Amino acid sequence: MGMGRVVAAYGNMVTVAFEGSVRQNEVAYILAADGSRLKSEVIRVRGERCNVQVFEDTRDIQVGDQVEFTGNLLVVELGPGLLTQIYDGLQNPLPKLSQATGLFLKRGIYIDPLDREAKWDFTPTAKVGAWIEAGDILGWVPEGKFQHQIFVPFDFIGRAEIVKMAEKGFYTVADTVAEVKDEDGKLHKLTMMQVWPIKIPLKLYQERLLPDQPLVTGCRVIDSFFPVAKGGTACIPGPFGSGKTVLQQQISRYAEVDVIIVAACGERAGEVVETLREFPHLEDPYTGGTLMDRTIIICNTSSMPVAAREASIYTAITLGEYYRQMGLNVLILADSTSRWAQALREMSGRLEEIPGEEAFPAYLQSRIAEFYERAGFVRLKDGRTGSVSVIGTVSPAGGNFEEPVTQGTLAVVGAFLGLTWARSNARRFPAIDPLISWSKYPEQMKESLAKVDPHWVEIIRAAQKFIHQGSEIKKRMDVVGEEGTSIGDFLIYLKAEFLDSVYLQQNAFDAVDAYNTMERQAYSFRMVEKILKKDIAAKDKDDARDIFFRLTALFKNWNASAWQGDEFKRFESQINDFLRG
Amino acid sequence: MREIITKIDEITGNIATLKAAGVGLGELALLQSPGRETLGQVISLNGDNVTVQVFGGTKGISTNDKVRFLGHPMMVKYGNALLGRIFNGSGVPIDGGPEPVEEEIPIGGPSFNPANRVIPKQMIRTNIPMIDVFNSLVVSQKLPIFSIPGEPYNQLLARVGMQAEADIIVLGGMGLKFDDYTFFKRTFEESGVMNRVIMFIHLASDPVVECLLVPDMALAVAERFAESGKRVLVLLTDMTNFSDSLKEISISMEQIPSNRGYPGDLYSQLAARYEKAVDIEGSGDITILAVTTMPGDDVTHPIPDNTGYITEGQFYLRHGVIDPFGSLSRLKQNVVSKATRRDHNDVMNTMIRLYSDCRESRNKIAMGFKVSKWDETLLAYGQDFERELMDLNVNMPIEVALDRCWAILARHFEPVQTGLKDELVKEFWPAQ
Ligand SMILES: Nc1ncnc2c1ncn2[C@@H]1O[C@H](COP(=O)(O)OP(=O)(O)OP(=O)(O)O)[C@@H](O)[C@H]1O
Ligand SMILES: [Mg+2]
Repeated sequence: MGMGRVVAAYGNMVTVAFEGSVRQNEVAYILAADGSRLKSEVIRVRGERCNVQVFEDTRDIQVGDQVEFTGNLLVVELGPGLLTQIYDGLQNPLPKLSQATGLFLKRGIYIDPLDREAKWDFTPTAKVGAWIEAGDILGWVPEGKFQHQIFVPFDFIGRAEIVKMAEKGFYTVADTVAEVKDEDGKLHKLTMMQVWPIKIPLKLYQERLLPDQPLVTGCRVIDSFFPVAKGGTACIPGPFGSGKTVLQQQISRYAEVDVIIVAACGERAGEVVETLREFPHLEDPYTGGTLMDRTIIICNTSSMPVAAREASIYTAITLGEYYRQMGLNVLILADSTSRWAQALREMSGRLEEIPGEEAFPAYLQSRIAEFYERAGFVRLKDGRTGSVSVIGTVSPAGGNFEEPVTQGTLAVVGAFLGLTWARSNARRFPAIDPLISWSKYPEQMKESLAKVDPHWVEIIRAAQKFIHQGSEIKKRMDVVGEEGTSIGDFLIYLKAEFLDSVYLQQNAFDAVDAYNTMERQAYSFRMVEKILKKDIAAKDKDDARDIFFRLTALFKNWNASAWQGDEFKRFESQINDFLRG
Repeated sequence: MREIITKIDEITGNIATLKAAGVGLGELALLQSPGRETLGQVISLNGDNVTVQVFGGTKGISTNDKVRFLGHPMMVKYGNALLGRIFNGSGVPIDGGPEPVEEEIPIGGPSFNPANRVIPKQMIRTNIPMIDVFNSLVVSQKLPIFSIPGEPYNQLLARVGMQAEADIIVLGGMGLKFDDYTFFKRTFEESGVMNRVIMFIHLASDPVVECLLVPDMALAVAERFAESGKRVLVLLTDMTNFSDSLKEISISMEQIPSNRGYPGDLYSQLAARYEKAVDIEGSGDITILAVTTMPGDDVTHPIPDNTGYITEGQFYLRHGVIDPFGSLSRLKQNVVSKATRRDHNDVMNTMIRLYSDCRESRNKIAMGFKVSKWDETLLAYGQDFERELMDLNVNMPIEVALDRCWAILARHFEPVQTGLKDELVKEFWPAQ
């Protein structure tokens, strides 16, 4: 283990003079005068000195303080027991920290991410005598509704033969479940737990596949108009208060995936609390368990140390890659990636690097790309598939999408769900603006979408055209007034408004409307489409407005009625009456 | 006793650099010039060079002044003896009274563990209908008042302070004009609340670095009172001055600005303060109401912009009233019709919808379009709404304000025109 001494300190950046060698991105501990060990990461090496970013409050650090280098990169622990956990950006379990340190966080206290006491019901599947390598499966334990697979460590080098396998039974994550002998005859004890460096993508799969399956979020405007694929990426930029967090919370409840990882990155602590307190009591719409059973929360909120905020995003995605390795579909919700980019900017400033636009470092774009590239739909070595999808919010300065983080993100993601004040101020929620948003996935998901409806992609494209047409007419009407608009145009405008109000808008706080299956979306959309295509016989504009006023109310009630229930059928028959009339 | 250093190598802006050993980041230093003492804080270390940010400013400091490091970071007094007292940005009493004999606590302490937070469910009554009825203030909320300079924001803040149900009010004044300071002091004294007020005041003429300490001192004291079970309301005015001080100091530290001269960590700096708002389960709480004056009435300016990304909504103060449209309390759904009367939610929405229709009618008139009977009804309604509820002088408990809403509705509309649910109309619509 290398040693060093502090020679300079400014904010959370400390310069260390070291002896021997250090490794870029290795973890070091600064031994502060009060006895605490402050976790840090090497971020630049120059000659006999290196810069470390400290993941803790740097108060009291002195020149001459001792520094221990660990030789290890920043890692997370992987193994059973990750689900339902609430971690900080460095994978410290926050509820346990609270038992250790009380109401407030205390620097330099680190707790095992995986419980060392808990026993798991291990079923071996590998046999003595078999040859194994990194990523092979030794057995499994039940975790929530899954068979949590136990892997040969992903960084295991070469091949080895199993010489001893644990019997079926209860073990802790630290107990040995297999003993293997490598090609040099060296014995290794394998447990149910391993570590993996967070900044290195876990690529132990056969191949990456083109994401061609939709990730159903239950949110109509996303799934129907701007869908995300399993293994795909999307960003949600929007000014403050436009509804990014509420939208993500809605997705975290209803998305049709196996595991949700919520990364609260540099945002309000209060917002995580809702998830934290409510998920244990809310039912998972797919399994009947609670929502918490499929959720991991990474919580590095705005007042927590900035360097750990930078790490939190990587912690989240590494845990995601781990569950993907079990053939599961994982969704990472990151709120907000701008805070992560700002953490990069703060550190770059302290390193006195040459700044790019708005003082962000020149490598901002490539870091964003590297992060989103870790998402993906993959075929594992045993033929199963798994996915990590990422939906990240962006908080552009001044709500201006031209800024570097939004632009850098738009360059790499597969879908853009842009929120605007124009919509949120008009209470048109979710405030995803259909005029600016896009998704690249409908083309590549064409085959899967055809199961929803053989012409789904074309139907939706036609509807999008309608929205644009309606908006053009509205713009003209704002200049020439209603008087100067023909009844034909006026009807198109009303139809576009109708489509917006009853289909694009969705009430996140209504138990039924908040979530639509793809089946229901297709069903209601066909009904909406019939209205769009219908010749509306209106006496004059007031009459037309009146007709659509009633239709909108009718559809909203329909939306709020339980799928195929009595209410639902009653409203549907009223809609059908209208269509016949 | 630590060594006394008698040589300062460099003095620029508010920064002094000198050589010393055994000094920690954040440690306090005492700088003594003949006839003057000021505190400073260590902000960077490089070999034996120590950079000190001088709270009192470096004006008049000489290279051979005495510097002594105190071995601890900035502290503030905490205890009941602070109640009714006024301090400056260094924590020194400025009300003529003695230095309170109390425990000293560090400022800028660590974050509250998010896992210990609870969902806030209690409302703080202010008796201002535009707040209580339309954008309720919730315990542990952090909410700024976005205001153009010249609006009566300090009057509004003082009124909330006087009327809010809080055990303790901590006022942090930053860059406060002397007249405003006197106004706060007089208002709190005359209304008899001064015995539960603590003031930390940085005046516009005080050294700029002291401005930065004000929110930290105010919040450190608030935090301890909240831990001891008290409901604390922290009033901060004006966070724009705080941010401008950050800017000034970061520029003198030769940091690269990110946006219009403001440092890249403006968001984190503001968040570190606002996130002190908390509801401690089984104990007290902190609610923060702050003023952010918007340079040029531009909400995309970095200060209101970063603030909006941190706080839980905002009040817009425009033309002397709280604008019901841009204003939003993001936590109000936790209390509306839950902690308040059951008609609250529907009345609130109906009143706002009709008022927004009224504004549309006004626009129509302004553009020279024909006025219908319905427009006239809306106009009359809007006038009453503004006079009887929006006016900042209106002062009444929420129940009375809700009754007044019903009265105004009944004066101008038939029940069906309001779209209010029948069952609510039956119970609440005033008899003719
Ligand atoms: N789907 C919705 N239905 C109703 N109200 C909504 C919806 N989405 C957002 N809101 C309203 O807007 C407010 C702000 O939403 P949210 O917190 O999601 O914004 P945000 O974009 O995350 O803002 P910030 O960038 O400041 O975090 C909410 O408190 C709520 O009042
Ligand atoms: Mg948000």
